[in-house]
Amino acid sequence: MSLEPRQRIQKAIESSEGPALVAFLTAGFPAPKRFLDDLRTIAEVADAVEIGVPFSDPMADGVTIQRSSRAAIEQGVTLRWILDELARRDFELGAPVLLMSYLNPLLALGYESLASRAVEAGVDGFIVPDLPYEESEPLKSALDARGLALVQLVTPATPRERLRALTAASSGFVYAVTRTGTTGAGGLPAELADYLGAVKAASDIPVCAGFGVRERAHVELIGRHVDGVIVGSALVEVLERGEDPAAFLRSLRASA
Amino acid sequence: MEIQREERERLLKELLAGRFPDAAGRFGPFGGRYVPETLMAAVTRLEEGVRTTLRSPEFERQLAAELRDWVGRPTALTHAPELGRRWGAEVYLKREDLAHTGAHKINNAIGQALLAKQLGAKRIVAETGAGQHGVASAAACARVGLPCTVYMGAVDVARQAPNVDRMRRLGATVVAVESGDQTLRAAIDEAIRDWVSDPEGTYYLIGSAIGPHPYPYLVRELQAVIGREARAQLLERGGLPDAVFACVGGGSNAIGLFHAFLGDRDVRLIGVEAGGRGTALGDHSATLSAGRPGVLHGNYSMLLYDDDGLIHETHSVSAGLDYPGVGPEHAFLKAIGRVDYVTASDDEALAALDECCEAEGILPALESSHALAGAKRWAKENPGARILVGLSGRGDKDMPILAQYPSRKENRDVA
Repeated sequence: MSLEPRQRIQKAIESSEGPALVAFLTAGFPAPKRFLDDLRTIAEVADAVEIGVPFSDPMADGVTIQRSSRAAIEQGVTLRWILDELARRDFELGAPVLLMSYLNPLLALGYESLASRAVEAGVDGFIVPDLPYEESEPLKSALDARGLALVQLVTPATPRERLRALTAASSGFVYAVTRTGTTGAGGLPAELADYLGAVKAASDIPVCAGFGVRERAHVELIGRHVDGVIVGSALVEVLERGEDPAAFLRSLRASA
Repeated sequence: MEIQREERERLLKELLAGRFPDAAGRFGPFGGRYVPETLMAAVTRLEEGVRTTLRSPEFERQLAAELRDWVGRPTALTHAPELGRRWGAEVYLKREDLAHTGAHKINNAIGQALLAKQLGAKRIVAETGAGQHGVASAAACARVGLPCTVYMGAVDVARQAPNVDRMRRLGATVVAVESGDQTLRAAIDEAIRDWVSDPEGTYYLIGSAIGPHPYPYLVRELQAVIGREARAQLLERGGLPDAVFACVGGGSNAIGLFHAFLGDRDVRLIGVEAGGRGTALGDHSATLSAGRPGVLHGNYSMLLYDDDGLIHETHSVSAGLDYPGVGPEHAFLKAIGRVDYVTASDDEALAALDECCEAEGILPALESSHALAGAKRWAKENPGARILVGLSGRGDKDMPILAQYPSRKENRDVA
């Protein structure tokens, strides 16, 4: 029996040996023609892949992803282009994929159309950084109808009593931001273990932590407390430098 | 967004009864809180702070004293007989250009700075386009004793150098934003990023009636003093106007001027957007006239974006109107038909600026000149009307831009 897309994400994270690796790339960066090849390579190593939909105003992102988003937009990368590229590929991906997008491109396409095209393109879920739980119902019901995940983010600033509602609303996994701030600035807060423990305790589905993960030591540290780690800016920088993303991701695997 | 006639009437009654924004921070369908989870606790704290503080007698007393003794309120209501003669109307100007630092922005800046102090903020961040809100924030932070960082697009830093110097002289740190379009929109993105990195200690002093709830409400409440004063001043001088005009970028001076008149059903309220140099996307900033509902900078409102949902760059000769979004309450007022929104082009605004200088000896800001241009057009179609125009700021800041457009007087001198 085939799994729903959101169950596919959850299973991929749960079945990883050691902490799961969730890899992020900005679609079409550094070059649109490389997108499907890069995605294929990354999906062979990672347990799940987040594809960043470039947006004109990435207000929750650090400088790396601002730069990659702008470069991708300048080369014509849009949500429609990403869905078309994914739909035309002639190979299976080694891992489930999620689109990480600010809300306005999703609104512009329309939620119904978004959900059906996502299914056709083989997308399994969405992460929307400017859509908090309180405003998420219209998108969530459109995605639910197709079995697609809407991943909720929690942060160290999230009050403990709010964690339960957010983790219960999340599907696929729960995205735990590990430091207050934008992506890629590095450094882990001292109270990390407490916070991640609280998220884990509140959640019935896997928890993945991200923002600032750059090296194996980060993966090992975070992986002791949660089910997976998200690698964003560091991977985008690897792609930007023209290095091998698969080799970089393998280097992050704890005691691999 | 179309709303049926009976529903419009019901929504207007609800608005007049003070039911908007509602508990979800919405004005009908518009508004809300579209912020990263990192900011939700800060936004909720601010909402709580606004609820407990804004209407407290102690805060009201403190704010009233600052508005009177430091800002210089009430500002004058000026009869403009020569403009009236030319337009065939009875014209009054609400003189926010006479407020401290030269524009209505100070009403909001001092109010929020006092609130931030009360709520225990350690520092303030603000964004600015042309620099008026930056200067107002720098001055207000100096007044209440809080450090202030102002984000300003690198393009604006270059073209508004005198305002950058004013901000620094007033003690603010000015950060030139090199990302995005390097104007107001990028400055807001960057101010939000700063706030995201320290939501506990940092207070974001937003400059217009935009952003996530409770900002559109908070800014409206702090700017509503403009309309309250103007309405009382007009009643002392012969009665309510037939029509009220204000320019609309983000929309803070317009919402502040209009609010006191919303219940006066015979008073036409007209917002004037920047028509720029043409009707193509990218040539104007006429969000309400040409935009679609969307989400930017924390709220659901009318917005200028392309078919892929990417926010579009805008144009206006006036930096203060050069913004692709608009406050959610304006989107609501348009949807229920209580306020009409029209546009004035760059050329019309420039002509209105010259005419106001010549006729009344007042140099209005380019933003305010859009309101004058809209009022003039309406006056010609409605002879003998009594008209109030919100003169939101003074035009001294626009001198570098105006240098590219010789006044008619200079043309005559040359000829």
